Amino acid sequence: MSTPPDSSPPPLRSSDEQSVGDPVPDGLMSHSAPDPSRVEGSVYDGLLEHHDVVGDDARWAFGTAFEDPLAGVDTTVPDDVDASALAAYCLMLGDDALVLSHRLSEWCSRAPDLEDDIALANIALDLLGQARLLLARAAAADPSVVPPLPEGSPVPAEDALAFFRDAGELRNVRLAEVANGDFAHTVVRLLVLATVRLAVLGRLVGSRDPVLAAIAAKGVKEVTYHRDYAGRWFVTLAQGTEESRRRLLAAVAELWPLCEEPLQVHETERAMARAGVGVDPGEVRDEVDAVLGQVLAAGGVDRPDVAALAGVGGRTGRHGLHTEALSRMLAEMQVVARAHPTGRW
Amino acid sequence: MSAGEWPLYEVFVRGKRGLNHVHVGSLHAADDEMAVHHARDVYTRRNEGVSIWVVRADAITASSPDEKDPLFAPAGDKVYRHPTFYSVPDDVPHL
Amino acid sequence: MTAVDTDAGPDTGPDPALLAQFERVLARSDRIEPRDWMPERYRATLVRQVAQHAHSEIIGMQPEGSWLTRAPSLRRKAILLAKVQDEAGHGLYLYSACETLGVSREELTLRLLEGRQKYSSIFNYPTLSYADVGTIGWLVDGAAICNQVPLCRTSYGPYGRAMVRICKEESFHQRQGFELLMTMRSGTEAQRAMVQESVDRFWWPSLMMFGPPDAESPNTAQSMAWGIKRNTNDELRQRFVDMTVPQAQALGVTLPDPDLRWNEERGHHDFGQPDWEELAQVVRGNGPCNAQRLAHRQRAHDDGAWVREAATAFAARRSGEPSLSVEPVETPGADR
Repeated sequence: MSTPPDSSPPPLRSSDEQSVGDPVPDGLMSHSAPDPSRVEGSVYDGLLEHHDVVGDDARWAFGTAFEDPLAGVDTTVPDDVDASALAAYCLMLGDDALVLSHRLSEWCSRAPDLEDDIALANIALDLLGQARLLLARAAAADPSVVPPLPEGSPVPAEDALAFFRDAGELRNVRLAEVANGDFAHTVVRLLVLATVRLAVLGRLVGSRDPVLAAIAAKGVKEVTYHRDYAGRWFVTLAQGTEESRRRLLAAVAELWPLCEEPLQVHETERAMARAGVGVDPGEVRDEVDAVLGQVLAAGGVDRPDVAALAGVGGRTGRHGLHTEALSRMLAEMQVVARAHPTGRW
Repeated sequence: MSAGEWPLYEVFVRGKRGLNHVHVGSLHAADDEMAVHHARDVYTRRNEGVSIWVVRADAITASSPDEKDPLFAPAGDKVYRHPTFYSVPDDVPHL
Repeated sequence: MTAVDTDAGPDTGPDPALLAQFERVLARSDRIEPRDWMPERYRATLVRQVAQHAHSEIIGMQPEGSWLTRAPSLRRKAILLAKVQDEAGHGLYLYSACETLGVSREELTLRLLEGRQKYSSIFNYPTLSYADVGTIGWLVDGAAICNQVPLCRTSYGPYGRAMVRICKEESFHQRQGFELLMTMRSGTEAQRAMVQESVDRFWWPSLMMFGPPDAESPNTAQSMAWGIKRNTNDELRQRFVDMTVPQAQALGVTLPDPDLRWNEERGHHDFGQPDWEELAQVVRGNGPCNAQRLAHRQRAHDDGAWVREAATAFAARRSGEPSLSVEPVETPGADR
């Protein structure tokens, strides 16, 4: 392995998560009231200068500057693209990221070790960033997808979509939403979803929608890492101890029936693929099979020969037909936002 | 180190081209490869542009006469080779 | 100095030359480094203090982490996740500093779980509304900064270096917390009430974070003499109050202390005393969340054991197979 070209832009957390200092009034650190700590030397001495710069990348190690993935990108929807289909398509990709990110964030403070706690949070943050961009794109393409809120509500569109839709309106695949199990369960789920997502994003880089193309370009680097992380742990668990292998095989057996769904094409995906905007997941099946085959082989794990989990009346996650787990997850995720539909956060 | 605890690694990072690698901290990992990945997660937040070295802490040979190095004062150093060498006084809840 | 005359150990008492060297380093405000000789009590005091910091960061992930799955906006969710992740990182840096003193992370974790080492009592209080995320940032992280900034100049090198990095991030967290409260104050009436209720609940526990009054803090003097600690509990508490009062005014919240007022003569705020009996209860393990926090940490440690063992077994197996032997360590993202 070698040093990558300097030209490759770093895949980073989206900028605004870490640059929220702006709304703080100047008075916070330099108030005019009597402040004897000033005289004695404030405990903030030596720290304040880092806040003079919006974005404050001084707090991050080693040049992790932030970038806006949509900087300089024309956000108007191309004339000949069906805006409502584009919005639906963005919701599919965005909801996969939103829901999987949520499940991964449930690991926080519960991971097998501190290093992996940090790694899982990184992955959850990446996916959350992708979800925000995609939900915002959906709302911009077709405002009618955004749930109505009380007159004057300051809730931004991305949050209205995340917190004020019911389970039946989410378009994620069911594999993303089932409740967490043990670490092996998370590894298997992440491996499959990251493998499919990477294959899709890799093609979406050439989307005729410049926004989707930019989001994909950012996402490819992130999801490459997610797949790598999951793949390494898959092999490690498969080849580790008897116990880890037993747990890994149980997770594979449990989740495999759900692993077909991300490769099934929904009519929206087909239409968007035809328009040169989206990707038909059927097209990535060979690539996904090859990658998963490689990982399974490295782990000495047979590919389960199981039928895909049935839908209901032919409807699955992409149609808004979910497992029981999703509405429970949303009940928790949405509880504060829904209690304050005109709240500011 | 107790059974099952991953070994300690020291992490060195070069923030950008033209600079030396500098020691930034430590972490635990089962092997070199995992250590590199953990280092990227923990110490660089996965910034691609930086170069990372990891080395097992027990593979480092040190000489630092300015510190009272064990090379020159072995007895003074002896104590910290035994991880559980003392019991901690727990009397004061300082924090 | 030759090696032969340095037969100093915990049992025989310190070699005078080593002790003199140690004290010379301290006297010129220089740093003690891991390979230096140091008095056993210095080492033990450091381990206790650094471990308590580390444990506080790790246990401190829980009260805020419990709102991760309920954060009311995607931006807040990202901010909170990044913050709780930072705390894991802080714990990791501090455990690493402690390991330079010869105690492994595993050993420290066991001491925490067995109740032989403490963590900050503040984390034994529950988080009951989303405003608590902001209040913890503003008051608890603010108090932590007061405690920790002086520690950047602590006499033990690895601890000081860890603290520099931690303090930068903590001060950022404090701003984020303040900004959340500020934003909520600009929201609905219900949100404003939520902010005030949260501040009312966390004010006194925040003051307790500086520890008991100086008169009841027996170790302070020695820790200060060694440069491990730089200020007394009461000095830091005063500094925190003086710093926070104008911030509360800017925020438009009241602090729940009828005795709080500016004292022109002293040049400081006068303020009431926290309920020290409550602190004693919490420290003894009877706080609202002591059992819950430790059980959570214990569960994570137990549930992760098979994963850690699997990685160890896998690494051992692989190192026995030359064909799969170690890759070059300089791998900045080539496979990404």
